[in-house]
Amino acid sequence: MDFELSAEQVAIRDTIRELVQDRVAPRAAEIDQKGEYPKDIERLFAENGILGIPFPEEYGGISGLSVTICMGIEEIAKACASSSLILAVQALGSYPILVAGTEEQKKRMCPPLASGERVAAYALSEPGSGSDAAAMQTRARKVGSEYVLNGTKQFITHGSVAGTLVVFAQTDGGSDHRSISAFVLERETSPWKVEKLEHKLGIRGSPTAQIVLEDVKVPAANRLGEEGAGFKIALAVLDRSRPGIGAQALGIAEGAFAYALNYVKEREQFGQAIASFQGIQFMLADIATQIEAARHLVFQAATKVDSRAADLTKIAAMAKLFASDMAMKVTTDCVQLLGGYGYITDYPVERMMRDAKITQIYEGTNQIQRVVIARALLR
Amino acid sequence: MDLELSPEHQAFRDSVREIAQGVVRPLAEEVDRDHRFPVEAITTATESGLMGVLIPREYGGAGLDAVAFAVCIEELAQACASTAVIVDVHTSVGTEPILLFGDEEQKRRWLPRLARGEILGAFALTEPSSGSDAASLQTSARRNGGGYVLNGSKVFITNIGRAGLYVVFARTAPDERAAGITAFLVPGDAPGVRVGQVFDKMGLNGSPTGELLLENVSVPEANRLGREGQGFAIAMRALDSGRIGISGQALGIAQAAVDEAGELMRANGHERSKSDEDVLDPLAGQGDDFSLADMATRVGSARLLAYNAAWRCARGLSFTREASMAKLHSTDTAMQVALDALQIAGEEGAGAGSPFERHVRDAKALQIYEGSNQVQRFVIARDLLRS
Repeated sequence: MDFELSAEQVAIRDTIRELVQDRVAPRAAEIDQKGEYPKDIERLFAENGILGIPFPEEYGGISGLSVTICMGIEEIAKACASSSLILAVQALGSYPILVAGTEEQKKRMCPPLASGERVAAYALSEPGSGSDAAAMQTRARKVGSEYVLNGTKQFITHGSVAGTLVVFAQTDGGSDHRSISAFVLERETSPWKVEKLEHKLGIRGSPTAQIVLEDVKVPAANRLGEEGAGFKIALAVLDRSRPGIGAQALGIAEGAFAYALNYVKEREQFGQAIASFQGIQFMLADIATQIEAARHLVFQAATKVDSRAADLTKIAAMAKLFASDMAMKVTTDCVQLLGGYGYITDYPVERMMRDAKITQIYEGTNQIQRVVIARALLR
Repeated sequence: MDLELSPEHQAFRDSVREIAQGVVRPLAEEVDRDHRFPVEAITTATESGLMGVLIPREYGGAGLDAVAFAVCIEELAQACASTAVIVDVHTSVGTEPILLFGDEEQKRRWLPRLARGEILGAFALTEPSSGSDAASLQTSARRNGGGYVLNGSKVFITNIGRAGLYVVFARTAPDERAAGITAFLVPGDAPGVRVGQVFDKMGLNGSPTGELLLENVSVPEANRLGREGQGFAIAMRALDSGRIGISGQALGIAQAAVDEAGELMRANGHERSKSDEDVLDPLAGQGDDFSLADMATRVGSARLLAYNAAWRCARGLSFTREASMAKLHSTDTAMQVALDALQIAGEEGAGAGSPFERHVRDAKALQIYEGSNQVQRFVIARDLLRS
């Protein structure tokens, strides 16, 4: 097992770390308070090649490795979970193309995403189809050399800001997982409608959209894989993206802990720093241990994505499950370490606690991760 | 042994529930969203006598006991946690010190107005550099002729700006720690009393929390509560029963989360899944069933612990350790149960305006205020090791 980063990865991490420190961290509280998508951060990431991380060099990117993606997401999430989704969702929306696209499709679709000229999104969930993805109702009817899409997609991260949207829909009049197909929509030629944006507990700077598709025409050349291959593609994508959510959770927890650790060293009660109390020390020890355990699981899962390991599905689910549960617990405890100051918005940890919750829910709720893990064990 | 509420307590609970569900609950979402004081809810609570639950009838209150108080806060919190903490702080730490330590004249002067809800009570102990270490507080009370002059700043004061009377703790002897603290009754409109920053918080958005600034505030001797140097003991006693109220608030939030999660599962046809043959079917839902069972079990145990503390208090038995245990366990339960309920609700539950996400934001405060749960553990351990 080797979690050592290559020289290139270290260089990428240091670049991100510096950008995050200088440009993202100072914006994080405002992004949360205003609940606005930080277009400036998106541009910053585009200009500095960060949006190219999910892509190999041959498609205009700088890495394409899950370890690098997770490292990047983690670094950004330490300061701002909303901003970390700019990279995480770029990866999520691009995976279907990288996993199932033809050489022609990859060469055509990836470079504008890798350069950050466009951002991507991924539309699987529907109002009546969350954990049960196979129950989706969105339909794609073949008409000549095009498909015509109709339906509603729910909880689509960046659905309102994306230029490229991967949509899953039922083809050939089918109604189960065997008839789902995947399509790449480009906003200019296949415009979708944003019905509403959700107001949320956390990650408020990352727009979550309900999307309506009304007779949206998509060229057949933008179908990924065969008709009916969509469900398999969706599952393969989630295997690859779940370590990224684990990395996001990890970063949120690390950010909260770094703040709380500094706080308990400075805050004095009973004539000494509260860090000198054993009750506080035990909390610190538990938090640091949980973070360390999650980090290893997340990067082990990322390594398995990159090596296409046979047990990837199970380990990716474990990483997402463990890291997100860890982040919820750790951020709740970090608010506790700051006491009353932790609960007010002048300090960042309450935001981090609110941001952590979604990592237990999206890209497969943690209940679904448990189902996935149990299946892998029992089969 | 009888673990049921008495018929009188049950009747009282039912009457509070009617108000809570009928008037308070419909306001909860808006109060949270707009960060506004729930005027209508407090008016209704006032008209229904809920602002004077613990105050004896001779002073215009309802003359009920700590069990009724816990039940009252629990029912209100089940509808709206912000409303519950406003009433809770008023009733316990804002009023009880007068009831327990005031002289006859102070009781006659203040209790009827507090009982009738004419004025709202508040409790000002914490300072920027004095939280868990309350004995280190720096607000000063200097003798001046027939009275005192108070100077200092208090922080995290519930009911800030709304309160007509603050129970303020200040130092009368600079060189002593706990023994140098004295309690004072300071009207909200006294010259020199100012509201500083009102905090934007994660939750409990309907309940204002902020800084109380005291600048050369003259307080007559008649407004000193208890003896000079008795203040710390008064604060600790007030917090003991305050913790019963916070336990009730925690139970209310937790019960609401359990009920709403159960309702959602039923609405989604969850009970059908019990006959499902494929236990690996992601929709078989046993995971959510088990989660709901754990949640309800936790709330049940927390309620017994809270009612036990309230019952001991009502009986005149020692209850410091029991109140701390109740506060610790019920607030940890509320946090866990609120998170679990949101998890069952999934992404829909994370949307603002959903009660599930509100419960999570509200519950967190309870692990922190009226003695953080670290302080509760300290109190419990000290009590265990002393006896």
